[in-house]
Amino acid sequence: MDYKKFEEIAADVRVAIIKAVHSAGSGHPGGSLSAADLVTALYFHEMNIDPKDCKKPDRDKFILSKGHAAPVQYAALALRGFFPKEKLLTLRKIGSDLQGHPDMYKTPGVEMSTGSLGQGISISVGMAIANKLDGKDGRIYTLLGDGELQEGIVWEAIMAAAHYKLDNLLAIVDWNGLQIDGKNEDIMGVDPIDEKFKAFGWNVISIDGHNFAEIFDAYKAAREYKGKPTVIVAKTHKGMGVSFMKDQAGWHGKAPNDEEAEKAIQEIGGKF
Amino acid sequence: MAEKMATRKAYGETLQEVGAVNKELVVLDADLSKSTMTAEFQKLYPERFFNMGISEQNMYGVAAGMALSGKTVCASTFAMFATGRAFEIIRNTIGHTGANVKVCATHAGITVGEDGATHQTFEDIALMRTIPGMTVINPGDGASAKALLKQAIDMHGPAYIRLGRAAVPVIYGENDDIKIGKGHLVRDGKDVTVIATGIMVNEAVMAAEELSAVGIDCRIVDMHTIKPIDKDIIMKAAAETGAIVTAEEHSVIGGLGGAIAEVVVKKCPVKMAMVGQNDTFGESGNPESLKAKYGMTKDDIITAVKSIIG
Repeated sequence: MDYKKFEEIAADVRVAIIKAVHSAGSGHPGGSLSAADLVTALYFHEMNIDPKDCKKPDRDKFILSKGHAAPVQYAALALRGFFPKEKLLTLRKIGSDLQGHPDMYKTPGVEMSTGSLGQGISISVGMAIANKLDGKDGRIYTLLGDGELQEGIVWEAIMAAAHYKLDNLLAIVDWNGLQIDGKNEDIMGVDPIDEKFKAFGWNVISIDGHNFAEIFDAYKAAREYKGKPTVIVAKTHKGMGVSFMKDQAGWHGKAPNDEEAEKAIQEIGGKF
Repeated sequence: MAEKMATRKAYGETLQEVGAVNKELVVLDADLSKSTMTAEFQKLYPERFFNMGISEQNMYGVAAGMALSGKTVCASTFAMFATGRAFEIIRNTIGHTGANVKVCATHAGITVGEDGATHQTFEDIALMRTIPGMTVINPGDGASAKALLKQAIDMHGPAYIRLGRAAVPVIYGENDDIKIGKGHLVRDGKDVTVIATGIMVNEAVMAAEELSAVGIDCRIVDMHTIKPIDKDIIMKAAAETGAIVTAEEHSVIGGLGGAIAEVVVKKCPVKMAMVGQNDTFGESGNPESLKAKYGMTKDDIITAVKSIIG
């Protein structure tokens, strides 16, 4: 496997995130950058999707449960060919196809409107049950934030996924340890995430969420695991790729100014 | 004595009937399937029935996911928990996406009875009708419940169908043409119009008979669909009878009365009075005594009518 190729794509995704959020003047760079490698691996390798046939019946579906990380989904979709990347610069502007949180009717490739935390995994459970009922091979992938795990509906959905043995569902937790008001452990502790999922009847895989070898192995193992849903608890860094954003809660929901954006793009080293 | 049937029973029978024809119909419940009557569907089509346990929020999220995968979904629990606890999930995952989910909620209003205040919802119609694109239906008897449920299930998009616990008299027969979005003229009259919804339609019929004896000729409209509201029948009533009383087993704030008033003040200002739960919580008791105590009987309609005419 040529991991270098995916590292380069991920760098381009990160540059696109910075460009989009900078252009918007608001948005969520921190949690978009932390998930960039996980999302790149999904859109450019793991998922059965076709930008020319967004709605093909046997496709896999990605639901961004942490909807505020919309820039990473938009960046991946644009670079994967779902829409022109110039559109990224319209993010959050009036009339744009790229809403502040994903909208399934505005953006090609977005499977579900999300943004209100905890609802994406619940919807994913419904989609996974429907695919089983219809005998469809498509898998459902959903990305959650670690702070998002504080929502009660998440645990209702996790319980239901195990009850209905949804092995066509993969949840990924972007475990960057930070949320708007600070560290998870200071705001409302969510650890141990892996043990909690295990106790709820899930197959649990823990990885470094910035290591493509580990990411690809985990996606493959999840695909092959039968009888239970799988969660990948991916240790990540908020703001990964940009030194002054890395591990800083302050960059959860703040756009870089001109100078900061330029510095960030230089550091990442990707192209737009 | 007329035949009686709870609208939730009509729901269970409708699900069995529609389930035979519509193979994409799936039914969800939150551990109340014997009360909501979705168990009737489960008996015949267990592979298309999903109990989501006591987790209403997740149930409506799952319902959205299934609907957006091509299923027609009826998801049921008590009206209190569907519209109250799960409001934001219904708003964002079903309303905003236009998902084909029917929120079929039972045990609405004061006639839940003995379970008391925590289970008696008077806010559900108000909550649901503020969601863009949500059809809101409150049938008054078993016959209209069946007709409206079938139409709602056949119609693509989100709908809230409010159903009751208690058996109520059957008002309609086979020849009555009940259509979503069209208020139904139950009785013509020239002095005043009572626009009622749900179980209050039958109370209005009884009130009209008594009013007739004292020379007041009362028109009755069954407004089973609160959204989209039938503006034409309201404007006609205002023009021809000059006074409107609304009657609902729901708060006088934001429900049928509010919906009618929004049309009346803009299109056809006339005197109005509202019968309903008067901005207070309920309590335990049998349905009939609760209706009397909280002001939702034929007598309350008669008092309201007399207060605005003559």
